[in-house]
Amino acid sequence: MTGLIQANAEARRIRALFEAQGAQIVETDILQPAETLLDLYGEDIRARAYVTYDGLRGEMMLRPDFTVPVVQWHMETNAEPARYTYSGKVFRMQEDDTSRPNEYVQVGYEVFDGKAPNHADAEVFTLISKALEGLPVRAATGDLGILMAAVRGLSTTEARKAALLRHIWRPRRFRALLDRFGGKTPVPASRTALLASDDPFKGIDTSHGVRTRVEVEARIDALREDAAAAPIASEQIALLDEILSLRETSPNVLSHLRDIAVDMPSIGAAVQRFSQRLEALSKAGIDVDALDFEGNFGRTTLEYYDGFVFGFYADKRPDLPPVASGGRYDALTHVLGRGRAVPAVGGVIRPELVLALRDTL
Amino acid sequence: MTIKLGVPSKGRLMDKTFDWFEERGLTLKKTGSEREYSGAVEGIDGVELVLLSAGEIPRELTAGRIHLGVTGSDLVREKVPSWETRVTELAGMGFGGADLIIAVPTSWVDVETLDDLDAAAAQFRRTHGYRMRIATKYHRLVREFLREHGVADYQLVDSQGATEGTVRNETAEAVADITSTGETLRANNLKILSDSLVHSSQATLFKSRSADWSNEDRLVLGQLEDLLGI
Repeated sequence: MTGLIQANAEARRIRALFEAQGAQIVETDILQPAETLLDLYGEDIRARAYVTYDGLRGEMMLRPDFTVPVVQWHMETNAEPARYTYSGKVFRMQEDDTSRPNEYVQVGYEVFDGKAPNHADAEVFTLISKALEGLPVRAATGDLGILMAAVRGLSTTEARKAALLRHIWRPRRFRALLDRFGGKTPVPASRTALLASDDPFKGIDTSHGVRTRVEVEARIDALREDAAAAPIASEQIALLDEILSLRETSPNVLSHLRDIAVDMPSIGAAVQRFSQRLEALSKAGIDVDALDFEGNFGRTTLEYYDGFVFGFYADKRPDLPPVASGGRYDALTHVLGRGRAVPAVGGVIRPELVLALRDTL
Repeated sequence: MTIKLGVPSKGRLMDKTFDWFEERGLTLKKTGSEREYSGAVEGIDGVELVLLSAGEIPRELTAGRIHLGVTGSDLVREKVPSWETRVTELAGMGFGGADLIIAVPTSWVDVETLDDLDAAAAQFRRTHGYRMRIATKYHRLVREFLREHGVADYQLVDSQGATEGTVRNETAEAVADITSTGETLRANNLKILSDSLVHSSQATLFKSRSADWSNEDRLVLGQLEDLLGI
């Protein structure tokens, strides 16, 4: 309990820093309707969040994060630009590693401001960096916007691009699709047989189930189109791989990406945004020459990040989860806003980890 | 102290378990009346028989209330988070075999693999506005399997029995269930995806890592392992 008292005191210190930046304090319910979270994150969230039940309201979840309720709150009030801060507990099941806490405090800062996204990115990163000043942490950054722009720029069908974009956050499936679309994996025999058949429905009862025969036929048409499309050129896949394997300091990555952009012009605008962000970070006092960038960063989280992403890690404690993390989540606001999107970026700090690191100083 | 051995308290699983031990020179016996769940082990000293529902054995092993237990390998994986850290498999017993698989309607002629399932799930969500429903009672196993294989846009709906009927009743689009011959699936117009073997289950003798193992108990376990040839 003394731990929690200290953590809350630390949370108030950090929240005050965020308030001084002009953020408004928001509070959210601990019990959140499970439906929204399940719809956003899928079944995986069930392995991570505590689900409980109410006879009238149905399934409820102990909030696994603040981002979703804060976005919903913002969408209702709709004042822009807006800056919010909050602090409180989140709840996560830890079935694989019982040494990790299943409830802990988060202090967050979220910016809804579409005018200068790069400046908003830099603002959030800088503020969190300042709140962690003096601690033995190292930052890692990435940018899913560059990867997405690279996928959108592939010379292939829209259906293939959509399939790849859908699996940006599932690296293994993304790779399997890329191998298939690049002609590296052979087409399964069952698919070849299906496309060769005159009447694939012969002798089959199609009168049951929600997924109708019309839907099955539509997918067969899509498979035919896919079979007729040329494989994605190996040069293009090599460029994608190059982006994914980037792991250097930011200025080196920038010059590397500019080289790649010569052969892959579709990433030009995203690289330009990256460059502007570095400038904004530099102006704000961040030593960008030492700032690590990883092309693969942010792809394995449950989150909905689709642009700038970052995490702060304890230097000598690789066993600890990130002390702070965050990123841009424009797509999330699009989903929660039922079509109305607001550019948004934010991050959270875990005060308990801040205290643990300060103790080691 | 004695080692507590938990075995299923009724049905084929109990009979087969008794046979398995008998073949190895150990006689397990129900004592008292037919309805009483107490038992004895003959052929070794220091082992006590506890008769339990097969479904409760994973929990009892995890809690350390029994030292050894016989149950389906599927049940342990489903009910015990990070099961390898809590129990050890001493021996697969070669009976009670069944496969946990994913099956879809035969009318889905476009779906034969997990790759197809994932693509169909994306199409389904776009068309119907909700995630494709997979009926199962094996939530953990199926969720972990589908996550590992990167299948998205599905949801699991709970079905504790007659799972194969859920598709016809339109409460699910697909099922993940245990099958040994596939007959019930075929009778319900369902087919198994070619790469969807989630787990191949059999009756297994487990050892609890959290039970109290005194030096004496360890000696008895050694003797037992020698007798059983494991």
